Amino acid sequence: MNNFKVFLKGIIDVSPLMIPVVPFGLIFGVLAIDIGFSPVETMAMSLIIFGGASQIVLLQLFSGGASSLVIISSVGAVNSRHLLYGAVVSEHLSDLKLIWKIIISYFLIDQAFAISNNYLKKNKNSNRYFHLVGGGATCWLIWQSTTFLGIMLGAAIPEKLGLSFAVPLTFLALLVNDFRKLINVIVITISGLVATLGYNYIPFKAYVIVAAVAGLITAMILTIKIKKNE
Amino acid sequence: MSNWALILYCGLITYLTRFSMIALIKKEMFNDRIREILSFVPSAIFPAIIFPAIFINEKGLFEIDDNPKILAAIIAMIIGILSRSIIATIFSGLASYWFLIFVV
Repeated sequence: MNNFKVFLKGIIDVSPLMIPVVPFGLIFGVLAIDIGFSPVETMAMSLIIFGGASQIVLLQLFSGGASSLVIISSVGAVNSRHLLYGAVVSEHLSDLKLIWKIIISYFLIDQAFAISNNYLKKNKNSNRYFHLVGGGATCWLIWQSTTFLGIMLGAAIPEKLGLSFAVPLTFLALLVNDFRKLINVIVITISGLVATLGYNYIPFKAYVIVAAVAGLITAMILTIKIKKNE
Repeated sequence: MSNWALILYCGLITYLTRFSMIALIKKEMFNDRIREILSFVPSAIFPAIIFPAIFINEKGLFEIDDNPKILAAIIAMIIGILSRSIIATIFSGLASYWFLIFVV
């Protein structure tokens, strides 16, 4: 497959995941204006940060009057999951020139990671990273345009629709294949419990990474146990 | 700190979390064991976003009674397991949520 076809495959594979990004982007735009950011600042957040979870955390803490230091470190904690994504995909990118690594890093978002991780594992073509660029660029376009729409539409979107529920649903949908494997189900349960119980007690919104590490340690122990029994 | 500085710093820290591992890790560092553990990354991280979004309300309080999100998420999960389809999972979750809040 040539570069363009791999890029196109990334776009096609990621598109189902783009449906919930639309309300998410709209909500972000509406909220940011509501909280008091200017339209230009709101657009700049989506362009510079380009991360739904980080931007929502920023808004939440900003509106709650948190200090800049708390906001920045919380955004860092929420984003620490990217360290793991980077570790996973780095194996497939290690032969690339630095400039490509710099560009691809900008597109290393949840949805693109989720679909390209599968593609990268199954394919060995040297241009397979174009899949990640295709998925990331698609999400970029949707995120920027829905942020813009959210700024424009503002309060016209009824809060009652509960569109923010689309966010956890997206992540749930990304796990559909993992619900069939016992170890994964245990890891999912541990991580979910740690995050829910630690939500109010772990400082700086670091519950995301604390829960993830707890989940990975569980996976490590369980996979060793299973090997011993074999 | 001005809004602009705040946005720039948040952007910088987000980008660095994405770039650092890609820049630092070399292919030789991987073996089958590390690959196996890393294959659990989605199962370890996504629930940390899913669970609080379902069980904890906007005020930061644990909410289990009168919370239509729980049932909607369970329906979405069952549809997801049966269909293995991302779109079906998301749609069934949203549809049952709206059904629960507007009709029931």
